[in-house]
Order: sequence, then C-alpha cells, then structure tokens
Amino acid sequence: MSDSTSSETKGPRVVLVDDHRLFRSGVRAELGDAVDVVGEAETVQEAVALIRRTLPDVVLLDVHMPDGGGQAVLAGVGGDAPSTRFLALSVSDAAEDVIGVIRAGARGYVTKSISGADLADAVRRVAEGDAVFSPRLAGFVLDAFSTAGDAPVADEELDLLTAREQEVMRLIARGYAYKEVAKELFISGKTVETHVSSVLRKLQLSNRRELTRWATARRLI
Amino acid sequence: MSSAVAVPAAHRRLYRATRGRALGGVAAGLAEHLGISPVVLRVAFAALTLAGGAGVVMYAAFWVFVPQHDDAGGEGNEGRGQLLALGAIAVGGLLLLSHLGVVAASSTLLPVALALAGLALVWRQADESQRSRWRASATGPRGLTRTVAGAALLAAGLAGFLATRGQLGEARQGLVFTVVVVVGLAVLTAPFWLRLTGDLRDERRERIRSQERAEVAAHVHDSVLQTLTLIQKAADDPREVSRLARSQERELRSWLYRPPGDAGGQFAAALEQAAVEVEETHRVAVDVVVVGDRAADSRGGAVVAAAREAMVNAAKHSGADRVQVYAEVEPTRLVVFVRDRGTGFDPALVPADRFGLAQSVIGRMERNGGSAEVRSAPGEGTEVRLEAPHE
Repeated sequence: MSDSTSSETKGPRVVLVDDHRLFRSGVRAELGDAVDVVGEAETVQEAVALIRRTLPDVVLLDVHMPDGGGQAVLAGVGGDAPSTRFLALSVSDAAEDVIGVIRAGARGYVTKSISGADLADAVRRVAEGDAVFSPRLAGFVLDAFSTAGDAPVADEELDLLTAREQEVMRLIARGYAYKEVAKELFISGKTVETHVSSVLRKLQLSNRRELTRWATARRLI
Repeated sequence: MSSAVAVPAAHRRLYRATRGRALGGVAAGLAEHLGISPVVLRVAFAALTLAGGAGVVMYAAFWVFVPQHDDAGGEGNEGRGQLLALGAIAVGGLLLLSHLGVVAASSTLLPVALALAGLALVWRQADESQRSRWRASATGPRGLTRTVAGAALLAAGLAGFLATRGQLGEARQGLVFTVVVVVGLAVLTAPFWLRLTGDLRDERRERIRSQERAEVAAHVHDSVLQTLTLIQKAADDPREVSRLARSQERELRSWLYRPPGDAGGQFAAALEQAAVEVEETHRVAVDVVVVGDRAADSRGGAVVAAAREAMVNAAKHSGADRVQVYAEVEPTRLVVFVRDRGTGFDPALVPADRFGLAQSVIGRMERNGGSAEVRSAPGEGTEVRLEAPHE
C-alpha cells in the first residue's frame, strides 16, 4: 500500500455497472467512503460511454445484463481506457459466465454476497493492479486446469499451473485470504499476489482446449 | 407475429407489401426494403421476363417464399385495379412476346399466357384468404369466385397447351394429360401448402414457448413467491430472513444452472446436499467449492458424513456465520476441508464436547481407511481436514 501516484485519502475512483438500481445503491452504501463512486450505468451502451468519459480506476461489472453484460462492456471499451481495471461482480456462478468475463479482460471475480469490507478490499486490490479470486473462481481454475495428463499440452508455460500456483489456488478455494495464504506457505504477500496474477494471465491467454469445453460443459452452481 | 416490431432495425425482414402493390406485392416490398422506387423493380422484372423469362420465375419465387406483411389497413383501392393490372400484364406480355418473335408459334403463346394469368390470380387469392384469417373476417363469395376463375384460367391454358402440343401420339396423350393435370394441381396448390407448413411451424414454436413459460411460472410460484411471503412474515427476524433467502437462492441456482440429467448420485452433489441441510438446521451460510467429481460410493458417503459433522461442529461452536467447505477429488483420494473463521480453540486444551465431536469425525474417517486432522488456535478459527483413498 505504498502511496501510488496521486490518489489522496479519497480511495479509487469507481464506476458501477449493473442493470438493477436497487443493487447499485446497495453496493454504493456498502462501499461507503472507502471508494469514490464517480458514476453508475445500467446498460452496456451507457457503461461504455461513462467509462470512456470518466476513465475510472475500477469498474464493478455485472456479468449478466439484458443487452450482453460484462463481456459486451469489456469489448465496447476496448483499448480506450488502458488504466481502467474491471472487477466482475455477479450472482451468476455459472462457469461459462465467470470464465467468459475473465477471459474478456476482467481482473477478478467476486460474488454479490461478498461483505462490504471484503468488496472494498477487493476494489482496492484491483486498483493496485492485483487479481482478485473468490474461492469459487479458484475452484473453477483448479478444475479447469486439473484434467492432468489426458490432453496434449500445447504451451507448457500457459497451459499448466505450477505446483506453487496450485497450492495458492487451493488455499484460496479453502477460504484463505491472501495474508493467510502467505503465512501458510511462508512467502510474502507480494509473492502471493504475483502467483495469483500469473494464474489470471494463464486463465486469460491459455488456449487450453479444456478451458472452454469445461466451462460450457460444467455449468456449476 | 409481432417480430417486425420487436426486432431492432438491424434485423429488418423482407416482406411483401400489402399497400401499393400491383400484383403480389413483391416489387413494392423489395422496394421498401431496399429503399428505392418500386417502379424500377417492376421495370427490371419485366425486362428480365422479356429476356428469357427469368423475371417471371424470380417473381414467382419471391411471391411464394417471402411472407406477407400482416399489418392491417393495407386494403386501399385494390381489387378491380389489380385485376386490371393483371390483365394488362398478361395482354402486354403476350403482345410483346409475339412482336419480338421470341416464341414462334402464337398458338402456344396464348395458352401459356392464359395459364400464367390464372396462376397469378389464384396465388394472389391465397394471400388474400391468409390475411382475412388474421383479421377473422370471412373470405366471402368474391374470394371464392376469384379462386375459381383463376383455376379455370389455368385449366383453360393447360388444355389449350395440350390442344396445340399434345397431338403427337394418340397413345401418349392420356399419359401426358395426367402428368399435366398433376403438375397443374401441384403448382396451383403450392402456395397453400407452403403456407400451411409455415403456419404449423410457427404454431409449434409458439406452443413450446408457452409451455416453457407455464413451467417457469409454476416453479416461480412454488418457490420464489412462497419464500417472499415467508420473508415478509418473518421481517423482524433478520437471521430467519437471511436463512430463507439463502435456501431459496440455493434452490433457484440449482434449478437454473444444474445440467439436466445431473440428478445426484455423485460425491459433489452429496456434499452440497449435506451443506444445505446444515445451513437449514443451524442457520449459518455454508459455501461449498468442489473440484472434480466421482460416483458416490460408501467411502465417499463416509467422508460426506464426517464433513457434515465438521460443518455442524463449526456452526454450533465457532460463532462464525459462514463456513467454507472445499473438496477435491484427486486421482487416488478424496480431500475435504471445512473451515470457519470463528473463535477457534487450543487443541491441547480441548473441551470435552469438542473433543467428542472431533473424535466422531476422526473415528469415522479412520474406520474407513482415511484420516482427519483438526487445526485450530484461539481467535484464528478452525479447519478440519479429511482425507480418504478411493475404494
């Protein structure tokens, strides 16, 4: 948490994108003073325009919206807001949605039942460039990357998790916070974050066949 | 059939016009779709007809396959005017063709033109009756006369064709006549059965849709609406409200996302079911993440039972409102973690009741060839690790 750039006590600038007004106001209230909410949008078009205009630090992005949802927003913004980071926030735990929005460029995924404090922490983390994995997302990753041996691996670097990365994912899936993961594995918090970011990169870039096949086949609760 | 309204402009469909049409509304419809004048298209169709007859074929194809726009109020001053247009086209085409000498014998030309005009009239009438059905008004005797007149024209045309062409061989005449009649009938009724199959398809789609809607409505009523009623009644008990909301969420989620045919009988499903039961009876949230899956066997059942004990333990004693369960089906073994962030305890100074529960968990695992381990410290929550090799 070394003072990054010019952000004062205000916290990261955040845009909320969700088609339910009630939910947006709920999130706004829960986040309180921890962040600076600079705008809300409830359609993909509104969201894209708002993000281009305000260039926020973090966009809290609903995965499911009537007109295309999180993936459409990510595609619409494209490269126009290079410093903006996206955190998917959703009730949908369907694997294809979660994996889809991550692969479209989101830096993390949390469920809507997350507590206000945890959400504020996740926003801050994403604003600082880290990845945020919920236990469920970690479970998805392990599941998708764990069909070991029975498929040819095209790219060692992208298609396999290292032993350490697997350990980190397992602990997150067990409900450990990053700090607890670090303590458990006798590594620094920064190292945990490096591992998680690396897993995120693999998740986004790997062409592993199972990833898509798995995500569509297994529509987990 | 309100798709023309509901679908955004990008998905505009091609329709035949009912307003401002001369014959079947093909040119007018195309013109509207392309944004040009219908006159241009009509001239183009006529030109193509003269240059080898492709125009007629194209026009007929459009007529049969492009659906008619069913907006009401398109009636206008048609009727007689259209009949006139029809006649004019037939006569004009006839004159032009004979003038140009495209068809040598004018004796075959007349019957062909006659048959075409009759066909156009009948097909046109098919549209008419279709539309009148949408408006629930009777077809009326005029429609019937027109159909009959068209059929008669076609028959006359075919008969004339036969009269000029069919004198080749006396023996073959019967056969040729039959073939011509069959073909004539098929062509005559083509628009009717094409529309019929189209209508049937639409109707079937609509029926499936309404069945699905009814099913969703029934489910929402039985689950979501009931729960909302219960929540209103329990409004002053926040724990009960959140328990109701959570169990409803779980139910709805499994209904929405569980793949059809996955009716349980698997380790993951059994573990999730155990979590639901603990959640229901002990009013805590239990999050379950499972990686991999396998068929449930007795050892898997024992692991689920032990995990359930551990969840109950956490719910009763930890004071935490959330329990995290993680299970992984590895190639050779099952591993389950049950974790809470509650008060925790020092395993060296275990209270008797705690020890008992831990024993029941540990004992159960050991009887099944597995092991259990409890990690805890005051203020740091508790984690129970269960492990058993596959049977």
